[in-house]
Order: sequence, then structure tokens, then C-alpha cells
Amino acid sequence: MRQISRRGLLKTGAAAGVLAASGVRLQAQTSGGTFRLGIAGANSSDSWDGRTHSDTYMITVGHGAVFDCLTEISASGELVGELAESWEATPDAKTWTFKLRQGVTFHNGKPFNADDVIASLQMHTEEGAQSAAQPIVAPITEMVKVDEHTVQFTLATGNADFPFLLTDYHLLMYPSDDIPGAIANGIGTGLYKVESFEPGVRTLLSRVEGHYKDGKAGWFDSVEVIAINDTSARMTALMTNQVDMVSRVDFQTEPLLRANPNIVIAEVTGNQHYTFPMLVGVEPFGNLAVRQALKHAFNRQEMVDKILQGHGAVANDHPIGPANQYYAADLPQNSYDPDKAKFLLAEAGFDGLSVDLSASSAAFNGGVDAALLVQASAAAAGININVIQEPADGYWSNVWLKKPWCESYYSGRVTEDWMFSLAYESGVPWNESGWENARFQELLLTARAELDTDKRREMYTEMQMLCSTEGGTVIPMYANYVDAHSSKLAHGEIGNVFHLDSSRVIERWWFA
Amino acid sequence: MRSVQLIILQRLGLGLLTLLVVSMVIFIAVNSLPGDFAQAILGQGATPEAVEAIRQQIGLDKPPVTRYFEWLGGAVTGDMGVSFAQANFASNFGSTSNTGVTVVDQIAPRLANTMFLAGVTALIAVPLAVTLGILAALYRNSVFDKAANIFTLSSISSPEFFVAYILILLLAVLNPIFPSLSNIFNDMPFDARLKATMLPALTLTLVVTAHMMRMTRAAIINLLASPYIEMARLKGMSPLRVIVTHALPNALAPIINVIALNLAYLITGVVVVEVVFVYPGIGQLFVDSVKIRDIPVVQACCLIFAAAYILLNLTADILSILSNPRLRHPK
Repeated sequence: MRQISRRGLLKTGAAAGVLAASGVRLQAQTSGGTFRLGIAGANSSDSWDGRTHSDTYMITVGHGAVFDCLTEISASGELVGELAESWEATPDAKTWTFKLRQGVTFHNGKPFNADDVIASLQMHTEEGAQSAAQPIVAPITEMVKVDEHTVQFTLATGNADFPFLLTDYHLLMYPSDDIPGAIANGIGTGLYKVESFEPGVRTLLSRVEGHYKDGKAGWFDSVEVIAINDTSARMTALMTNQVDMVSRVDFQTEPLLRANPNIVIAEVTGNQHYTFPMLVGVEPFGNLAVRQALKHAFNRQEMVDKILQGHGAVANDHPIGPANQYYAADLPQNSYDPDKAKFLLAEAGFDGLSVDLSASSAAFNGGVDAALLVQASAAAAGININVIQEPADGYWSNVWLKKPWCESYYSGRVTEDWMFSLAYESGVPWNESGWENARFQELLLTARAELDTDKRREMYTEMQMLCSTEGGTVIPMYANYVDAHSSKLAHGEIGNVFHLDSSRVIERWWFA
Repeated sequence: MRSVQLIILQRLGLGLLTLLVVSMVIFIAVNSLPGDFAQAILGQGATPEAVEAIRQQIGLDKPPVTRYFEWLGGAVTGDMGVSFAQANFASNFGSTSNTGVTVVDQIAPRLANTMFLAGVTALIAVPLAVTLGILAALYRNSVFDKAANIFTLSSISSPEFFVAYILILLLAVLNPIFPSLSNIFNDMPFDARLKATMLPALTLTLVVTAHMMRMTRAAIINLLASPYIEMARLKGMSPLRVIVTHALPNALAPIINVIALNLAYLITGVVVVEVVFVYPGIGQLFVDSVKIRDIPVVQACCLIFAAAYILLNLTADILSILSNPRLRHPK
């Protein structure tokens, strides 16, 4: 995981970034200043309700500044406590006891305790509530307040990743006595409190006095987070020094940003990946040889170079990425090999192959171009791909999961189990390809409750292998998280769970 | 003056009818777009159950005709309703009562920003265009006339975003005079707000000036061949005086009409400029809402746009009647 993120950084050629990524602190962090951040993904319907957070803007100000979760993934990828101090599980990974941090207060002065944890998690399973974190909270059969600062969770089935799951950006901690009020005004326990909030326009935050993270994070005195959804406006704002950092760099203009000596590109490879799911219930995709032939008909490096302009990495047809604990980097790579594809098809009795591929920019930027690249590279293997350009409107309702072969994307998940059970487990609604495999399913359930790290690594490696060789989804590439900032900013290692230093740029970075 | 009052009443009545038709057309148009609010908001997570749940919560499961008349019933009594997005949030708390944030609450601050931008632009563009027009008529076919024409015509012919980027390059990047980001907010001091609004206002000025300037020029030149102008000239008046005191009053009607049309454009047509400069006006809200098929907000925005056109045109007609004694005292 570190290797790739370092490689990504080295590519930027920015000395500051490289030195910082090597973990060498050039200087101690300095406090002060107003950090101006221009972020995409803001909406006029945004609110402080963590259950609805889905885009960069609210994730960065909510999870990354105003609110805290029980646990946190550090920049180097380790699981550390945030509002929880320590946790332990019974050997079956079914019962988890969390010790909470003491002396923490919400921005309205209410002390943080076990009641807040229980109430905040219950929000996600309330009747009628739509929360993307519902699958994490629903398996909790019981939440018990052992004492003021201890909570015990009982799960329906053992889950060794439970503390990892609690890092999810939806699972924010609210004051139990007035959750609607906290959602209306943005009352959390985070390093920064809300001074003003105009949804889809601007958020002003100020540093909380006396916080449990003092000395470890939270260097800026105040933060102005400006919603800039338009890509060129965002790039111009950084170029004209209206903001200190922007999210989601436009790959087309990235060379111009790089040429500016005052701007540094921050780039990491995480779990974000683009997929081409084939419905295995529809012929010819039910045939393993066809799926394998198509996997060898993708010129992955070309796709990374042309669709991502080099801002990505080749993937191996499984959804586990460099930001995962048990990422198997040394599996045999499915690579572009038209002869092998031809051979596989001939062996299975196919004389040439003709399939439809539904493509759209709704799946990912450059989705149609990517399909045309596949069309061209597959032609060399005697495979005729008919690219159907689908409208972006209604793509997820009308094309995805319905057309035999289409395009999709995932931002990835921090744990293997979560990613697999989201879109690869037998029978789950998002199983994009409908692929089911008995061995895979067995490993999924065993690994979930296994606490032994080595055994888990072995099982997850085998599962990645199964996906890669037999699975119904072609996953050609990981897309990097690419942000850009002024050279006035300094930082430590950059997290690769999400954009903007795993969305924690506000509390982790400082002015040099 | 009775006739003026009659015209106002007549036009207002027709205006209401127009609004009704507009609301119907918009409703049908938004409904015939592929996908609805539930699908748009859920995106990749649009499982049939989730879509159905949201549709029920916000009433999208009712037939379109029922929904339209329910909305109309509210609109007539001044209740523009709650946006789908807000209603959807409210349902997250297990209730369907609204969160207190209505469509009006959402639109009001955005509309105020748009009006501010339109106002600043009008204050720059209208005097500039009329003055340029008069001068062009005065020195017609001179180098000045041709230069003014070429400049304004090329700026109106370039796409707005292009003009915007040129201005950003000249006035924000090469000569950092104005900020490229016009993210004005509520309690911003007036001078800072004015400065932040300058670039979008200048862009819009370049876009609307040509139309008004050329109409001013044409209307005045049109009159210069009239006998009474000849008379004024023979009396020995200066050319400027001939134009300003004799020709201009008679040329006002068409000029006012064009100005009104352009002012309406400043309110309704600024989406692109708002996006380029990140200006939090009504256009961005409108585009956001169309994207997620938030019909109540789309409807309200369209009604505002239509009302702006109707009222400004009405004002223009009345002003041209008042500026013309023949219309003021019809026989």
C-alpha cells in the first residue's frame, strides 16, 4: 500500500511532497492561519445529517472536521481510536466492548458518553431512515451501556472488522439529548465548530479551544470551505490564490497546474476502481472462457494512460485495492494478450465472439472512451464489441444491473469483507455480475469471524484470486485521488482512503 | 390615464394566464425527463424498494395530474411547498412534517443574490450602452462608430463562458484586480461583495451591451431624416443637442423595450456565468434542482423567470406609452 502511494507522490516530482511522504518531518507543525479549501460535490440540499453524506464536500467538513467517529484510520492506514480509546472482542468476534474517551465535550458543552454512542448509531436503523451505513448498524443486535464510558455491542454474526467499520463517515457521533438540533446546527465533538453554514455555498469553521486532539492535529485557526463544483472555476481559484487547496484535479489541465511553481499536486492510489460487470446469467457471459478471454482483451495500461491520463494504476479484476489491509499485490496479473483470448475462445468452441457493451459517462468520466478502447483492443483477439452509448440520465436505474455488460465504479471500502459483501457476495442486490461461487462464499463467511491476521490474509488472498480468475467483472484500473494545493501548505503522510488526505485534510495539514 | 390603468390590468391578467401555462409546460417537461427524484437522489443505490419508499414519502407515487393540481392549489394560496430534497431529509427523522425549510426559504437568498448581480450589471450596462449608442449615432460611420460596433458585436457573438474566461485571464490572473471567485455570502461587507461581483457583472455587461447600444443607435438614426430634425438643425443647434433633446425622446420607446428584454435576461439567463464564477444565484439552484428532478423548486424558479419577463415587458410598454404623448392621449 505504501509503495504505491509513494510512487504516486514521487511522480509529482514535488520535493516537499516526497520528503513529507517519507515520514520525515521537515519542521514541527505550526499553528495558525485561515485555511481556504475549494471542494467539489456540494449541493444546495446538503445538511449535517451524516446519514445523507455521500459526496466530498459534506464528508470533508462533517467527518473530517466538525464531527468524530469512534475509530479512525490514520494516514498510514492503521486503525486508531478517535472517540473510542480501546476495544476488545470475544474470540468469536461477536461481542465487542469499547472504552470511550473521557472528558470530551460537544460544541454545545454537553459531555460525551455512552448514551451518545447508542443514540447516534440507532439513527441509522430508525424506521424510515435512509442511511448508507444501515448494513453496518443493522447486524448489531444489542447495544449496552456498561458504564458512562463503556459500550458493549453484540453482533448477529462474528465480524472481525467491526472496529474498522466504525470509521465510516456516516457513523458520526451526535449529542443524544438533541440530535435534530445537532443536525440543524452542526454540533459535534470535532476539532472545528461551525461558525456559518450555507448549504452548497460556503462553510466557515473555527478551532475549538481545548480539544482532546490538541498537539496532534488541528493546526489552522479557522477554515473556510467553499463549494466550487465547476472544475475550471476550481482550478482557476487555486491558480489565482483564492483558495489554498482544491479537490478533484482536472486531468486535462493538471500539467498546467504542475507547471506553476506555487502549486503542488497531491496524488495517492486508493481503492477507487472502475468496473465492467458482465451478467453471468446471460449468455455468453455464463461461459468462463468468454469471461477470461474478455479479461485478456483489455489493454489496461493503455486505459490508465488514456482515460486517467496516467493518474491511476492497473487493477487485476478484483475490487481490493492498495488502501486495504490484505491487498494481494503479487497475484498473477491478467494482462492484454489477444492470442491468449483467441485461444481461450477457440478452446471453448467459439468462432469469434460478438457482444454488446453499454457505456456512459455516468459510470465514470471517460466511460464511453474507455469502451471504445476496449472495442479496439478486443478486435485484435477477434472479439467484436458493439459499444452502445447510454444516456447518463437514469443510467443507474435503467442500465446498471440490467444490461448484460455495462460500466460502473466503486470508491472501494476500507475492509475486504465490506467490499466483497457489498457487491460480490451471493444474492446481495448490488452483486453487479450475479457471479456466485461456493468456495468464495465459504471463505467470505469464515474470514469475517476470524480474528487471526495471518489466516485472514490467506483467505482474502484466495478470494481475490478467485475474483480475478473466475469472477464476472472486469476491473481494469484503480483511479487515483488527485488534489492540488498551494506550496504554502505542509503535511505528513497522505491517507489513501478518500480524496483530501482521506477527507481529513482540515485537521491534519498546516501552513509551513 | 384611464387607458394606461386598463392596459396594466389587462396585461396583468394575461400575465397570470401565461404563468399558469408556463407552470403546466414545465411540469410536463420535467416529468417527461428520464428518471425521477427518487432515482436521481439514490444514484447507484436505487434499488426498487428504496425508490418506492422515497416516492411514497414525497408523494411521487400519485398520478401526475393529481400532483399538479395539489401543487397548483398550494401555489395559488402562496404556498410553494417543500422541495423534494428537504421532504426527503425530514422523512429521515421518521416524520413527514417539513423541517421548516420551504422552497421560498431556499430560493429567497439566491434570488436576492441574482437581483444584486443584475442590478450591478444594469447600472453599468444601461448607461454605457445608451451613451455609446448616442455617440455612435452622433458620429455615425466614423472610426469610433465602427470600432464600437465591432467591439460590442464580437462580445455578444462570443459564448458567455469564453468572455468570462478572457476576463478572468485579463483581470484576475495577469492583473489581479478582481477575484476570479464570486462566492458572495450573507454577511459579506458591501464593498467586498461589490468587488467579488465585478467580474460576472462585467461579463454580463459585455453580453448585453451590444443589443441595447445598436437599438439606441438605429432608433436615433431612423429619426434623423425626419423634417423636424432638419428644422432643428437649420435653427443652428449643435448635433449633440439635436440628438439628445429632439431625437432621443422620440426614440425612447424601442430603446426601453430592448432594455427591458435585456434586464429580464440578466435575471433568467445567467446560469453559465454563475457556474463559471461560482456565484450563488438562482441559476445554480435551478440547475441543481433540474438535475435531481426536484419539481417544486424547478416550478418556483420557472415562475420567477416567467414573472420577471412579464413584469419587465409590462413596465417597458407602460414607459413607452408614457414617453409618447400620442399614446398617452389616444383619440
